[in-house]
Amino acid sequence: MKRAKKITFFIVFALIAAFAASVVFGFTSQYGDIESVYIKGVNDIRLGIDIQGGVDVTFEPADGVDATDEQLDAALEVVKLRLASLNINDSEVYCDDQNDRIIVRFPWQAGEENFDPEAAVKELGETAVLTFRAGSEKNEDGTPSGDIVLQGNDVKKAEPLRQPNDDGTFSYVVSLELSDSGAEYFSQITSAMAGTGEAISIWMDDNMISAPTVNEAITDGKAVITGSFDAESAKSLADKINSGALPFKLETSSFKTISPTLGSGALKAMLISALIAFAFIAVYMTVLYRLPGFISVITIIGQIAATLAAVSGWFGFMASSTLTIPGIAGIILTVGMGVDANIITGERIKEEIRSGKSLDSALRSGYKRAFSSILDGNVTSIIVAIILMAAFGTPDSFFAKILNGLFSLFGIGATTEGVIYSFGFTLLVGSLMNFVMGVFAARLMVTSLSRFKAFKNKKLYGGGSNE
Amino acid sequence: MNKKIYDFSGKKKIWFGLSLALIALIIAFSVIRGVEIAIEFKGGTIITYSYEGDVKSSDVQSDIEALLETPVTIQQGENLSGDSKTFSISFSYDQGLSSEKQNSLTSLMQEKYPDSNFEVLDSNDVNPTSGREFFLKCVVAAILAAVLIILYIAWRFKKISGWSAGVCAVIALIHNLVFVFGTFAVIGFEINSNFIAVILTILGYSVNDTIVVYDRIRENKKIMPKASFTELVNVSTSQSLTRSIRTSITTVSTMIIVSVVAYIYGVESILSFSVPMIVGMIAGTYASLCIASPLWVWWNERKNAKTVKSKK
Repeated sequence: MKRAKKITFFIVFALIAAFAASVVFGFTSQYGDIESVYIKGVNDIRLGIDIQGGVDVTFEPADGVDATDEQLDAALEVVKLRLASLNINDSEVYCDDQNDRIIVRFPWQAGEENFDPEAAVKELGETAVLTFRAGSEKNEDGTPSGDIVLQGNDVKKAEPLRQPNDDGTFSYVVSLELSDSGAEYFSQITSAMAGTGEAISIWMDDNMISAPTVNEAITDGKAVITGSFDAESAKSLADKINSGALPFKLETSSFKTISPTLGSGALKAMLISALIAFAFIAVYMTVLYRLPGFISVITIIGQIAATLAAVSGWFGFMASSTLTIPGIAGIILTVGMGVDANIITGERIKEEIRSGKSLDSALRSGYKRAFSSILDGNVTSIIVAIILMAAFGTPDSFFAKILNGLFSLFGIGATTEGVIYSFGFTLLVGSLMNFVMGVFAARLMVTSLSRFKAFKNKKLYGGGSNE
Repeated sequence: MNKKIYDFSGKKKIWFGLSLALIALIIAFSVIRGVEIAIEFKGGTIITYSYEGDVKSSDVQSDIEALLETPVTIQQGENLSGDSKTFSISFSYDQGLSSEKQNSLTSLMQEKYPDSNFEVLDSNDVNPTSGREFFLKCVVAAILAAVLIILYIAWRFKKISGWSAGVCAVIALIHNLVFVFGTFAVIGFEINSNFIAVILTILGYSVNDTIVVYDRIRENKKIMPKASFTELVNVSTSQSLTRSIRTSITTVSTMIIVSVVAYIYGVESILSFSVPMIVGMIAGTYASLCIASPLWVWWNERKNAKTVKSKK
């Protein structure tokens, strides 16, 4: 590495300071009532249900029904639809195909004193009622008013299809296959409606999911819903229609609620102890290692900021994640390892100075020699972090796909424990940041400062000036 | 370097004896007194209600048993933050507790004791199969992590016979994990997902600790190629002693701060995380200096003795 210039310190310091500030405050602009978030700040971090309170529930098909993957996908759509209609927008919902489970997690709604999680969960698990109705009108209370033409069990199957158009392009449609009795009735209705431009609306419970118009009479029980679908929306509508014909009911196999009061106390305690611990570490490091110790305080701030940034979704390419209590513990652990990296380096620099080397070469070989143990220590942490994320992440996450094969060998499905995943996540980011901040940035800043006359005194690096 | 060299590996009989004795105690203790396993692993239901005023727990128990037609255990507690009291109701219900049942349970409490302001503080219902599965998954993840760590150490430390170094590191690691388990057993904390989190943290932490010492051995091996294993280890452990102590001081005091604040605020979920962490961290520093490295000396000296013999 080339010798650092004097200015380097200020550049690195300014970068870390600007980064930390943007992570904490985020960057938003207010235009009238519209607030646009350009950079997500600490306040935008999603807190896990162990902090904020909330519900964690696992659904299984009742009575030991062995559901197919398609049926499960369909059920998943129903649950999502119901969450949306309950105004729960901040939820995580996924399928565990291996064990036929649907896992739903949502936080306590902020400011809702009377939110009843039990009732909400009960509603989620109820079987959906799918209806096809003439017209698309609603009553005043939002319930559909049209006559029912078809019901969920009249539909044998719905699937997304890619159809060639006349001009050679393709468009996505949803094809319906009706049961015999359904087909007969549908043929009468559509014959009457064809050409009138009237719609047949499709309803899931009280939510209208689609309202296609009737173009021609459908007599063979095979209908096609056209519209501006893409691959995803076509599949989603097909799933929704299929779910109306679900052959099973969902029941809760595990159910967990945490009240917000219990969680907020934990968060407060964690924050207060983090502040005290940070103050302690700052004083301790500066007293023990003087200049490198003081620099380590700056890099630790950078490291914490970077981990929070990864959680809040500050980095555009990474989706935001949820911060839980073990997630905070992961931050504490990596900060501990960051401090350890600085202690190892500080001790090495001391040793080198005491062995009579000049300041420059003591710093250089100090950082060089400390690196191998920092590398090995953090790589093992990264290994552990990846295993945790793979084992306890959502089934379609990147790391989970690697390990899924191994776990299915043992007959274990993609059960998720979001709490442990969150620990692995902060451990991974924090360990990576140990290299960026604890090794790279710290080294740049210390060697740059050592170029100033005022910082040439070996005492500032822990060596006695007389030795 | 004029630092004092401590004879760590010469006292290995004392260290090994001490650790084995403590491990035996922990095992005996947990066998005799039993360990409380959280329903996350064994399945079952636990609901905690907060309430105000005076309610007799025997009344509540008979009310609930009448409704659910199953025996329940009731534990009375106090919110450490002080404003209300709590009931923890636990039972193992064959079908699990559906949300409908929980709903009717809550309304029963609110009807019977209208002045007490019964509210669900938290509830947790896990069916036994998924609990077992979660536990199994943790075990597989832990074994996988151990195997990968041994492989990594074997590769990175092949100059100091990496395989033995890797295995010794994992033995030291298991040693530390037993101490963490012991803390849970002796204090009577439940084996729950906090336990898994602590186990995983200590896993990373103690491997890191051992690696720092190994790194010194690797470096000294180059500087003093002729030194015996014992000498090599004693010099290396003594050199990294300051670092080991200072790092432990930071990490352990951080956890002490967390524990104290958590205790003041009455957040038991954090306490059952931070207290075993302190024990694991102290065990980790001790084991890297007094177990992993002396064990590595013992292993390699015996191997050398064998090869010398076979050459004759």
